[in-house]
Amino acid sequence: MEQSTSHTFKENAHKAIDDANLRVSLQTMKTGFRAKRSAAVAKLPEFEALRDEGKRLKDHVLANLDFYLEAFEAKVLEQGGHVHWCATAEDARQAVLTICRDHNARTVTKGKSMIAEELGLNAFLEREGVTPIETDLGEYIIQLRHEPPSHIVAPALHVRKEAVADAFRATHTHLAPDRDLSEPRQLLDEARSELRDKFLAADIGITGANALIAETGSTIIVTNEGNGDLTQLLPKVHVVIASLEKVVPTLEDATTILRLLARSATGQEFSSYTTFSTGPRRPEDTDGPEEFHVILLDNGRTKMLGSEFEEMLRCIRCGACMNHCPVYGAVGGHAYGWVYPGPMGSVLTPALIGIENAAPLPNASTLCGRCEAVCPMKIPLPRMLRDWREREFAAKLTPDRQRWGLQLWAFAATRPALYRLGTRLVARMMALAGGRRGRLSTLPLAAAWTQSRDMPTPRGETFMDLYRRRSSSTSQAATGKKG
Amino acid sequence: MTSSGSTSSRATVLDGIRRAHNRGPLDAQAQEVLRQGIKTPGSRVVPARAQGDHAHHLALFAEMAQAVAATLVRVDGWAGVPEAVADYLKGHNLPTDLAVAPDPRLDGLAGHGLFTVRRGPALPQDVVGVAAAFGGIAETGTLMLVSGPDTPTSLNFLPDVHVVVVAASDIGGTYEEAWARLRLRYPATLPRTVNLITGPSRTGDIEQTIQLGAHGPRRLHIVLVDDRAQA
Ligand code: SF4
Repeated sequence: MEQSTSHTFKENAHKAIDDANLRVSLQTMKTGFRAKRSAAVAKLPEFEALRDEGKRLKDHVLANLDFYLEAFEAKVLEQGGHVHWCATAEDARQAVLTICRDHNARTVTKGKSMIAEELGLNAFLEREGVTPIETDLGEYIIQLRHEPPSHIVAPALHVRKEAVADAFRATHTHLAPDRDLSEPRQLLDEARSELRDKFLAADIGITGANALIAETGSTIIVTNEGNGDLTQLLPKVHVVIASLEKVVPTLEDATTILRLLARSATGQEFSSYTTFSTGPRRPEDTDGPEEFHVILLDNGRTKMLGSEFEEMLRCIRCGACMNHCPVYGAVGGHAYGWVYPGPMGSVLTPALIGIENAAPLPNASTLCGRCEAVCPMKIPLPRMLRDWREREFAAKLTPDRQRWGLQLWAFAATRPALYRLGTRLVARMMALAGGRRGRLSTLPLAAAWTQSRDMPTPRGETFMDLYRRRSSSTSQAATGKKG
Repeated sequence: MTSSGSTSSRATVLDGIRRAHNRGPLDAQAQEVLRQGIKTPGSRVVPARAQGDHAHHLALFAEMAQAVAATLVRVDGWAGVPEAVADYLKGHNLPTDLAVAPDPRLDGLAGHGLFTVRRGPALPQDVVGVAAAFGGIAETGTLMLVSGPDTPTSLNFLPDVHVVVVAASDIGGTYEEAWARLRLRYPATLPRTVNLITGPSRTGDIEQTIQLGAHGPRRLHIVLVDDRAQA
C-alpha cells in the first residue's frame, strides 16, 4: 500500500504552513474552485434537490451493494469483459500484474485514478519491470517530481509553473535546454507532444472509474483533458480499477451523480469528456481495446458498511470539502500524509489504513462544518470526525495534551495572523526557556510530540520573521495573506 | 469472460457486505424488486432549463456549447455540410485533408472538390477529424457520440480539430431523453464507447489557468444540421 506519514500530521503541517509557494497555490485554489463552484450552483436551482437524490441513491446502493455488484459483474461478463474481485490492495496489484504479464506489457499508460494511488500502483509496477506513465497533466507533473498528489481533483495543485518547467527540463533532456518554458501554454504543449507518443506505444491502458453501472455493465470516466480516453482507446487492453461503492443501478442514476460532480469539483456545468465503456471492442469496430478488465477493490470498504462511517462511502471524490476546508487551505494536501487529504481524507484514511496509523487526522479540523455544507452527497463529515476522535480516545492513542494542542493548533493555523503571532510568541518563550543549552526537551502544547526528540531552540524569531527580514522587497509569496 | 482475481476474494467481499448488513443474500422477491428497478428507472430531478419545446432545446444547446468554447454553425439540410466545413477550415487557416467517419451521412464531404478525404479511424498524423454525433443534450451543450464501424472513437480524440455534425432532430433537452433514445437503438447492449463531449479538451492543472487542447482536440466545431424538413 502507498506509504503513509499521516501519523506525523503536525510536523508535516508545520513545514507546509511556512512554505510560501504552497501558500500562493492554495490561495489560487480558494479564489478559483470556491468561486466557480458557487457560481455553478447558483445557476442550477435544482442543485439542492439533486443532493437529496444523490444521497438517497447511494444509501440505497450501499444497502444492496452485493446485489448491484453481482448485476454489474453479470453484464460485464455477458459482453466478454473480465471482472477481478480483490479483497485487498495486494490482490488488486497482483491482478494488474497478471494482466501485464499475460500481454508481455512493458509500458502502461494511466488515466487519473485515486484507487491506483491507494494501491501504490506506480511504485509496484516499476519494481516489477513495467513502466507506468501518468497521462493526466497534473499526475504527469507529480510523477516526474516523484511525489504524491496533494489534491484529489488537481493533483499538482501545490506545484508552481517554474517548478513544472524544472521538472520538464530534467526529464525531456532531448529538447533544447534553453527553450522558453515560462508560460503555462508552453508547458502544456510540451507535455502534449511528449505524451502523444506514449499513448500510441503503450501496451495496456489503466483508468479509474467515477461510476459503474449495473444495468449496462459500463464503467464511466470523467475528464477534461481527454487523456483518459486516449489511455483506454489506443492500447490492446483496457483495465479499469474501481472501488466497490462506485456502482449505481442505471444510466439515470449515474446522471444524478454526474449533474453534481463537475459543478462541485471545478464549477463546470459538465466536464469536457464523460465516457461510458462497455466491454471490449465489437467484432465490427475499427478501433478500441480488444480486452476489457474491471478490478473491483474492497480494501477495507465492506468493513465501513454498517458502521458509523458507512456514509463516507457515498463520496464521489469531487474535492469540494477540501476546497472549502480552512485547515486544508492552510496546510495543503501533503501534510495529511496519505492518498486522501482534507476532511474526506481525515475520515477515510483512518478507516482504510487504521486509526493507529492516522491518529492525528481526525483532530486536524476545526469542525467548522463548511465541508458538510458543500458536500454534494451530504456526508456528515464533522460528525464522523468526532466519532473517530471518540474511538481514538477510547483506544487511548492520544495523550490529552497533544489532543488539545492539536485542536488549539488547528484553531490558530486557520487564522493566519493568530498563527504568526502565536508562533512568534512561542518562539520567544522557547528561546527563553531553552536558555544557554539551546535545546528544549518539551514544547508547550505538544508535550507528547517532543517526548522522543529534542527540538532545536528557535533563536527568538520564526521562519516567517526571518523570511520577511531576508526578503523585504518581497513578492506576494512572502507576505501574502492566507485564509 | 471470466470472473477471477481469486474466487475466494469474490466470496470474501460478498460475505463481508452481507455480514455488515446482518443478513444473507437477498431473497428472490427482494432481488426481483431491484431487478425491476433497473429495468424501469423512475423519474428524476431534471433541470427546468432543459424543459420546453424543440426550438428552445436547439437554442439552449447552441448557447451552452458555445459557453464552453465550442464553435457552432447551423446549416439547412445535410447538403449544406461540406460548404459549412469548408468555410470553417478556411476561416481558421486549417488544412483540408480530412479524416472522416464512414457514416453515410458524411458522404458529401468526400465528393467536395476542396477536401482530400480518408474514411475510417484516425491516424496519429491527422489534423482534422470529422464525426457524426448520435445526438445532443441541450441541458449542458453536450454531444453524444457512440462507437461503431461507421463512427470510430479515435476521431474524437486524436486529431487537433474535431468537427462534429449533428442533426437537429437528434437534439433533446436532457440526458434522460438521450438514454431513452440510446436504449431504443441499442436494446441488447450499449456500444463499446459512448462519449459525452462538452467543449474541447482543457486543463487547469498548471496554476489553475484554464487552457484548451490538453490531450484531446484543441478545437471543437459543431455543425448543427436542420433536417426537420427532410425528416
Ligand atoms: S466528502 Fe463530499 S465534498 Fe468531499 S470529496 Fe467526497 S463527495 Fe466531495
